[in-house]
Amino acid sequence: MRGLSKTYPAVRGRRGAPGTPQVRATDGVELEVRRGEVFGLLGPNGAGKSTLVRQLTGLLRPDSGSVEILGHDIVRHPERAARILAYLGQESSALDELTVSLAAETTGRLRGLDVRRARAERDAVLEELGLTPIAGRPLKKLSGGQRRLACFAAALVGRRSLLVLDEPTTGMDPVARRAVWAAVDRRRAEHGTTVLLVTHNVIEAETVLDRVAVLDQGRVIACDTPAGLKEQVADEVRVELVWRERAPLEVPEVAVLRERALESGRRWTLRLAPEEARAVVATVTGGAAFAALDDFTLATPSLEDVYLALGGAARQGLVKA
Amino acid sequence: MHAGRRDIAVHARHRDSAVHARRREEEQLVVSVVPAGVLPGGARAVEETAPGPAELGPPARLWPSLVAVYRAQLSRARVARIPLLFVATFQSVGIAVMMRGVVDTGGEAQSVVAGSSVLVVAYVALNLLSQYFGQLRASGGLDHYATLPVPPAAVVLGAAAAYASFTVPGTLVTAVFGCVLFGLPLSNLWILVAVVPLAGAALAGLGAACGLLAPRPELATLLGQLGMSAALLLGVLPADRMPEIVRLARDLLPSTYGVEAYARTFGAHPDWAVVLADLGVCAGVGVVSLAVATWAYRRAAVR
Repeated sequence: MRGLSKTYPAVRGRRGAPGTPQVRATDGVELEVRRGEVFGLLGPNGAGKSTLVRQLTGLLRPDSGSVEILGHDIVRHPERAARILAYLGQESSALDELTVSLAAETTGRLRGLDVRRARAERDAVLEELGLTPIAGRPLKKLSGGQRRLACFAAALVGRRSLLVLDEPTTGMDPVARRAVWAAVDRRRAEHGTTVLLVTHNVIEAETVLDRVAVLDQGRVIACDTPAGLKEQVADEVRVELVWRERAPLEVPEVAVLRERALESGRRWTLRLAPEEARAVVATVTGGAAFAALDDFTLATPSLEDVYLALGGAARQGLVKA
Repeated sequence: MHAGRRDIAVHARHRDSAVHARRREEEQLVVSVVPAGVLPGGARAVEETAPGPAELGPPARLWPSLVAVYRAQLSRARVARIPLLFVATFQSVGIAVMMRGVVDTGGEAQSVVAGSSVLVVAYVALNLLSQYFGQLRASGGLDHYATLPVPPAAVVLGAAAAYASFTVPGTLVTAVFGCVLFGLPLSNLWILVAVVPLAGAALAGLGAACGLLAPRPELATLLGQLGMSAALLLGVLPADRMPEIVRLARDLLPSTYGVEAYARTFGAHPDWAVVLADLGVCAGVGVVSLAVATWAYRRAAVR
């Protein structure tokens, strides 16, 4: 299972659009995704996720560095990318005016399937994703989530060893979301399909990803399993305090806490060592501070905390070096 | 605890896949519509031990993918294009009516009818196609095609062919209406079979190239509109009333040759050699402009 069959040893930089100051969207990114893995790219807006994905799919030539997918050099032969991977971008404008069924069929045909096979695969995929009832409707007339699911269906027609999915479940209801992950899982179990997922959704990332790379300003600042990443902040507990009207700063213990808290209106968020957290909870739930307290929560770190803690320039929380 | 849950998940997946495979088998026995290649368990995909390069998926060949793009584009007409096709037709019919008061019968009438018919082609193939590609490029829709193993020419030619096809009903209606209005013979109307595709190829190629080369979608729209206005002014108005410089511009516009070829066939004894030469110019411009559009597509798709 540890067959390192895919490597992206890369040092890449991409100059920004002309007229704007130079931007390095991806800066020496080095990643290695294993075959059959669901690998996530997590990062704030503008972190370089999309640029990286465009480089991987052969849409964008890196200034330097190399991309290798399943033994094929994509920088040298960008046209091969289309024959190895299926890409689900964020835009559906190429398919918008087609019916769900024709969008899937045409995409299959353009992946080199003959008519019979494209139709057979189309029917199978639409059935699998529960899209058959709306197969005859144009994508434009569907809700955002349904449209996204239809685009996902098109990405699945004509089997590929690698699926590159850019925020596939945006706008989807839980049923559609489950259908997407079930379809991904099935392909992984049956064909060893590898999945590269770009996401903002940390909760989803936590449940579906095998490993995740956190990107910030074009650099990979962390890369591990979700559990492994969480361990980096495992010695911290998140304490949230919600005050009734205002924080009782006259209580000395509370006044001390203020410096370490992230304030958002009546809400204070603190990242503390477990013993400290216990002491804080004891303080605020007893004595003078308790009268001013509206609510409090104590939570072990989630991927969200890791995201915030590692989030570099976009961070809102405390930095964990 | 986390690991435990994962074990179960993997387990369930295996069972699921077994059920799935069985169901697929049954399907094949009963209806046999699923070709063998689609069935799960293709040995090469699952092989984990061979570290060599993975087998590439099949590339889409030019002709089948062209047909697929053409079909898809044609189906868009039902959803989005019909109102615009009406506009194109009414515009041309309206111009023919308007010119009825200006020109007499004879040679000028012939060029008005031919010009307003070809104007439909200019409107749809040049203007609308340039808008379409301009928007597709700006919105990132080209990524969809660029990540499929499809020859660039198939995308451009398929879309151009579809847009040229959209013009057929409007061109026919305008031509018949114009002939009746100006009392011209309908006998040589069959020439449209050659004029529409050839002028369509030339103008659609130009439209696609404009749309794909324009740095912004607004610019693509503007170029398309300008091209159409040129086709309107230079194609419909009789040439001999124009100053020299405008006549030169008229000669540069590919739609002119379509108009002329068509206008000549109204005569009692048309000079077929000249008609053929005019159509040849259209075809030549079509080949060049479609080649440029294909190059522009490649450039726009992979930056």
